Amino acid sequence: MTALQTPPATAGSRRELQPGVLEAAANKRRKRTYLALLIPGILGLLVSFVFPLLYMVRMSFNEGAPDGVVINTFTFDTYIKPLTDPYYWQVTFNTFKMGLTVGVLCLIVSYPIALFLVRSTSRFKGLLLAIAIAPLLTSAVVRTYGWMVILGTNGLVNTSLESMGLISTPLKLTNNMTGVTIGLVEIFMPYAILAMISGFGRLSPQLEEAAGSLGASKFQVFMRVTLPLSLPGVFTAFLLVFVMSISTFITPRLLGGGSVQVLATEIYDQTTGLLNWPFAAALSVILLVLFGTIIAVYQRIVKKIGG
Amino acid sequence: MSDVRLFKPRFNPAKPVFNIIVFLLYLFLLAPLIIVFVVSFASNQYLSFPPEGFTLKWYQALPSETIFVDGMKVSLIVALLVTVVVLAIGVPAALALQRFEFKSKAAFESFFLSPLLTPSIVLALGMVLLFGPLNLTNTYAGIIIGHVAITIPFVIRTTIMSLATADTSCEDAARILGAGPWTVFRRVTLPIIRPGVIAGGVIAFIVSFDEAVISLFVAESGLPTLPVQVLRYVENSADAAVAALSVILILISLAVVIVVERVMGLRKALN
Repeated sequence: MTALQTPPATAGSRRELQPGVLEAAANKRRKRTYLALLIPGILGLLVSFVFPLLYMVRMSFNEGAPDGVVINTFTFDTYIKPLTDPYYWQVTFNTFKMGLTVGVLCLIVSYPIALFLVRSTSRFKGLLLAIAIAPLLTSAVVRTYGWMVILGTNGLVNTSLESMGLISTPLKLTNNMTGVTIGLVEIFMPYAILAMISGFGRLSPQLEEAAGSLGASKFQVFMRVTLPLSLPGVFTAFLLVFVMSISTFITPRLLGGGSVQVLATEIYDQTTGLLNWPFAAALSVILLVLFGTIIAVYQRIVKKIGG
Repeated sequence: MSDVRLFKPRFNPAKPVFNIIVFLLYLFLLAPLIIVFVVSFASNQYLSFPPEGFTLKWYQALPSETIFVDGMKVSLIVALLVTVVVLAIGVPAALALQRFEFKSKAAFESFFLSPLLTPSIVLALGMVLLFGPLNLTNTYAGIIIGHVAITIPFVIRTTIMSLATADTSCEDAARILGAGPWTVFRRVTLPIIRPGVIAGGVIAFIVSFDEAVISLFVAESGLPTLPVQVLRYVENSADAAVAALSVILILISLAVVIVVERVMGLRKALN
């Protein structure tokens, strides 16, 4: 009760102020509050996100000298080399090819699981959903290691096939693009499943049943109802997996074993091995621009379809 | 006759086939985790199949592997501090974005989520370039600042989600009864949004704990975290010694998964 009685004591003086003034004062106070709440977060992101990226863009216009020395200047030379040297065109091509392959394969293996989870009426549905996305929170290093154990020369696949007498020399499944692709497909599956489930919103068993009772065969129901309604989720999942694939580093590094050259591994080699900081920065800017363009184009398409 | 047909489920051969396909795909998804688990208990001296017997020797050897013990220490300190920092700056920001109306609010929201859409290798290079001259490479401060960028989106997202579904009438009631803004937050809002804050916090912890690329660039030589140590080890030999450690890392992730699933649902928190 005492708490309720305090406000009128000050309200007496406020009553004489014009309502507009009072509102302005309240707005100002609110503004101060939300700014105070936002500023620590903004500062945190400036230091850990914005400044590093800006500094990197600036660095890409410097000149790299041997032994990691950086000459402060303003030149486009660092961009001319990756844009004219066929080696870097090959690396960029490899990166895109890997992104496309992983994206398509990831869709194929994730689609049945996503469809199953959306349709399921089982009481284990929650658990099955959790199992499908839980690998997302396990270390990429650990999962890549698991694939090295499965695909390696003495790995599960090769020893099994050899003991069955199907092969005499081990298949080469690691230290090449095959291994990297298999590993990445599995590592990005939880993301694809999540994106698909969210995009399957308009899909409902009633629609499929309706089509079936109107005489459509199972195959027709799938081609004419299920598939078209699930396409938005499929597109989102593909884009997500594609952009993550073209920028991922750990799996190409470990399962590629130095013989798979993509933009991310090239950036790493330019820094740790060659200490050519401006050049690594230029490659990163190129990767960032590719990344941003793809996302922007995608959002344009989504807007066009949606509107 | 036709009535009976309508209600009697006919045998549909496509269904078991579909279920078998889904089961096999689940097996593929979980294969690397299952295989690491099997290998960690196998007594084979060198990595080979099939397992010859059961042993705990790989686990018993772990405490004497100094690189892993040191790495674990660094990773735990980093992940704990990152969680504290990112909650301290992320929860207020989420509060501002959800409870206040102001110009360019949507822009601020995308700004806070944008590190998720940035390739970590690019971010890592930017950090090592900027942190080098500032003497932040190979320091705890450097790794922690680096991890703040990639963990803050998760905290903002889960907290906003909790705030959006919370009933604001309790906050209004407390305010009318004379509680100050801090009291309202601490006694009313925080208890209501606790699930979102906990989920955001544990996700931030595991993302930082498992992060390898930024740590590799910022602190490989001086202060290697556990994922960096594992990465370097596996690069040279993918033998069974690292399997036991991997199982422990998987179990830590599993604990996080269970907490998130219990407090707000894994799908809601990660989507």
